[in-house]
Amino acid sequence: MSDLSYKVIVGLEIHVQLATRTKMFCGCALSFGEEANSRVCPVCLGMPGSLPVMNKQAVEYAMLAALALHCEVASFTKWDRKSYYYPDLPKNYQISQYDLPLGSGGYIEIPLEGGRTKRIRLIRAHLEEDAGKNLHTAGSFSQVDLNRAGTPLLEIVTEPDMNSAAEVRALAVELQRIVRYLGVSEADMQKGHMRFEPNINLLIERAGLQFRTPIVEVKNLNSFRALERSVAYETQRQLDVFLETGITMQMGNKSTRGWNDADETTVLQREKEEAHDYRYFPDPDLVPVTTTPEWLDEIRSRLCELPVARQMRYVGEYGLSDYDAGVLTAERATAEFFEQTVVAGADPKRVCNLLTQAGLKLANERGCDMSALGIAPAAVANLAQMADAGTVSATAASTILQAMTETGKAPELLAEEMNLVQTSDAGELERIVDQVLAENVQAVEDVVSGGKKSKKARGFLLGQVIQKTKGQANPKVVSEILDRKLS
Amino acid sequence: MSLDELTAIDLRERIAARQVSSTEAVHAAFEQIDRAEPTVGAFISLFRDEAFARAQEIDRRLAAGEPVGALAGVPVAVKDNLCTRFGATTCGSRILENFHAPYEATVIRRLLDAGAVIIGKTNLDEFAMGSSTENSGLKKTVNPWDTERVPGGSSGGSATAVAARLCSIALGSDTGGSIRQPASFCGVVGLKPTYGRVSRYGLVAYGSSLDQIGPLAQTVTDAALMLSVIAGHDPADSTSVDERTAPVADYVARLDEPVGGLRVGIAPAFNAGADESVRSALDAAIEVYCGAGADVVEIELPHIDYAIAAYYVIATAEASSNLARFDGVHYGYRTPNPADYVEVYSKSREEAFGQEVKRRIMLGTYALSSGYYDAYYLKALKVRNLIRNDFVKAFERCDAILMPVAPTTAFKIGEKTDDPLKMYLSDIYTIAVNLAGIPGLSIPCGLDPAGLPIGLQILTPAFSEDKLVRIARMFEAATEWHTKKPAIVG
Amino acid sequence: MQQQIDADQVRKVAKLGRLELTDAEVEAFTEQLGAILAYVEKMNELDTTDVEPLAHCLPISNVFRDDVVGPSLGTDNALANAPQRDGSFFKVPKILDDSSGA
Ligand SMILES: [Mg+2]
Ligand SMILES: [Zn+2]
Repeated sequence: MSDLSYKVIVGLEIHVQLATRTKMFCGCALSFGEEANSRVCPVCLGMPGSLPVMNKQAVEYAMLAALALHCEVASFTKWDRKSYYYPDLPKNYQISQYDLPLGSGGYIEIPLEGGRTKRIRLIRAHLEEDAGKNLHTAGSFSQVDLNRAGTPLLEIVTEPDMNSAAEVRALAVELQRIVRYLGVSEADMQKGHMRFEPNINLLIERAGLQFRTPIVEVKNLNSFRALERSVAYETQRQLDVFLETGITMQMGNKSTRGWNDADETTVLQREKEEAHDYRYFPDPDLVPVTTTPEWLDEIRSRLCELPVARQMRYVGEYGLSDYDAGVLTAERATAEFFEQTVVAGADPKRVCNLLTQAGLKLANERGCDMSALGIAPAAVANLAQMADAGTVSATAASTILQAMTETGKAPELLAEEMNLVQTSDAGELERIVDQVLAENVQAVEDVVSGGKKSKKARGFLLGQVIQKTKGQANPKVVSEILDRKLS
Repeated sequence: MSLDELTAIDLRERIAARQVSSTEAVHAAFEQIDRAEPTVGAFISLFRDEAFARAQEIDRRLAAGEPVGALAGVPVAVKDNLCTRFGATTCGSRILENFHAPYEATVIRRLLDAGAVIIGKTNLDEFAMGSSTENSGLKKTVNPWDTERVPGGSSGGSATAVAARLCSIALGSDTGGSIRQPASFCGVVGLKPTYGRVSRYGLVAYGSSLDQIGPLAQTVTDAALMLSVIAGHDPADSTSVDERTAPVADYVARLDEPVGGLRVGIAPAFNAGADESVRSALDAAIEVYCGAGADVVEIELPHIDYAIAAYYVIATAEASSNLARFDGVHYGYRTPNPADYVEVYSKSREEAFGQEVKRRIMLGTYALSSGYYDAYYLKALKVRNLIRNDFVKAFERCDAILMPVAPTTAFKIGEKTDDPLKMYLSDIYTIAVNLAGIPGLSIPCGLDPAGLPIGLQILTPAFSEDKLVRIARMFEAATEWHTKKPAIVG
Repeated sequence: MQQQIDADQVRKVAKLGRLELTDAEVEAFTEQLGAILAYVEKMNELDTTDVEPLAHCLPISNVFRDDVVGPSLGTDNALANAPQRDGSFFKVPKILDDSSGA
């Protein structure tokens, strides 16, 4: 056993719901949680004689995402029908893209430990319509709800470039950040806006020989946790099975497994990849999409710096920690707000603390993003500078930030009004220090004698000074004066 | 009055001038229906009460001086594969026998907006799959000229209704000749527009890249009038062409203006496959055009012999997918006691589809299935391109092509039902037109020795319907064939 | 390239097309489809090596609609033609294999 080593190999198929108002091929509003079968029309019900018409916004969102993922955007693309019978698929074919996907190639950079990144290559990114939902909770029969049928999806297929559960998770998180940055998807996991299907197997080396375990596809995972856990579970399971049976990958022994959320295991669904025959052919009800260079340029102009690049830049350029850089770049609005404050003259680390400790909390409470808090980046930059100068304490700065969102007043004014201006006037503070020293002879003695009680006594004296100024003394300045007087 | 005396355009003018009321016209239609419909069986459903109510409404509007449309008060029949909000839309199939569409076809909306009175929905081969209307799952329709014979198909009900004067004018659909061939068999005018000219929204699809809706009428003028009403861009149909790409003309306005310097193309070798009587009627028709000053040009359509092969792959492939939705889950017939949900599909479809529909689903499924796609479907698309190019090249040398509509006149009921391939081969003259997407018109041009009507087919380049109807009108103006009527008209 | 279709293939295709054919139909279709396919193979007489497949005769592309909400039917209209319903749902026999391939 000692000469055995292995690595897991994972490729992902990801369905991302686009943030359009209406469905891919009809005017029904996208819905979540409405009465079953209320958001349907002849087109998305697949009624005879109805015809699909492309949603331009969906196509443009897909183009934007494809550009951001460094895909090559096809100059000519078309729609194909993928046939299979299932009650949630009212036409018994799905309108999808087969041989000419909108985007091909491309990659996603995922952040690794220590500010490094890894490039995960993509095979393709294509548009398609979602199916409805079958529910099996009603007892002896199943229920079909077609509200979701026809929702536009971007399907992204990666190369098998991921080698750990953590990398798979990182890719999923990164993709979520990217599509949110671009505004092409809300990527709300709770609402099933992102669904993952990992293809997993192991490359095992034993006694100088290489073995590959049969590929397992895990269906329809809709949380980062389930995705990560399923890869971890499969890694161990496949290793165990291999050690027990020695079965390796062959033609036709791919299997499909489902995820059991309760006990965090995978369950066999189909032993052999059943000979699916989707009978793809061009959909005669739709015309092709041709992307001119002008149109692509217009879409390209909506691109922005992607989160991982930003994150790396914040670490390198501003000296922020990986963690803080990650928090600031998680949403495009936060990152852009942060950068505007830096441009307005704020120290990046100072404003980072201000935003991560106070700003994001407020935004969260109010269910909005940074830009909607009603504060100008320049005013936040001012506040950061005040904290740097010691005019207000770090704690006071957070309090002022909140007051700014409530009143819209300038930070200087609020600091005054709220009595949060720190006294850094050395003359004034020196007078108070002298007074405190005179009133606390014993403590002074304890400090000067340098004994066990010295540290505690010094703290006491500092506290007395702060108290006398009603908390407005700059502790740094007071500390310097104390040090000078007591040395 | 009787509808027999008036074309749609005459009737519309008299109704608009209040010489005749729409109510009278509808009354005349139902009088003839009561007399002849039990014999011919043209309709799957009739809307007697609704039609009179609507006619009265049109008459009221006219009396009040309110504006009315181009077909105001005219009794019209529509093929039962067009979705209507009233009545069922059955496609002649038991699987849709009780299907009530919650929406209507764009052409139906346009007819109603034009003031037409829809009196009923006509029989067809199930899902428009057939050339004789014998494949209807609901009804038998016979040829009004000879009740032993088929009316042609798949728009056999519409052709019969016009020929027997049960209505003034009707709509059909044409995927491989389904308007032109029954028009020929029943002695009426049938027009298949260019693919993309008329919205397919609400037409239950058979072969989506081939289907077009068009008129069946007593005269070219009526067909042109109907085309003017239904043609034009529809945002609900991605394959309907916009005004910029192909503007819609008033097809009636210049109808009587002969096309000057007309060059008619003929393909003698191809036409030789038709019966003697059909060929001599065609020769006579060519003479008529020569008499009107046209030059005759011999053209070649080198790949047309492969049209039937390509068509029966492409049409059935599309059909196999289009008909997948009829599964007993969301609407339509469901088998009474399915053992599981898979049986809902397989048994509902088995029990409710007729033999021809199953045969074409089988053929199309096979042609698309893995391992056969390239040999059949992809090959057929390439052949389709060759055939379209044949027409493009031919139209460099002529303005219109003349050919038979069908190799024979109306055949006997049951004559070809045992041999599907034989039935398919009879579509030889109509099918290539759908593959090429060009417009085609069938016009009466003679009677065979048994007294059955013969049709002349006229083809012109894509989106040149304005020219097509004028060329057809030249023939009609010079001949009397369109005035011949079956005895049942009385 | 004569490809004869046999009864097993007919059954396989029928399964793909969700048609539960009777034995008599399988027999009839084997013969009829065989004849039709033999005829269709006439296409192989043509060399189409350099010919583009033509799926559509139309000279158009990029036909879009704006992302504007239009009317939906509402649940009752949507279910009006349903062979069976359960409340707001279409009702079907229990689906055991959750094998949607979307
Ligand atoms: Mg997919
Ligand atoms: Zn819809």
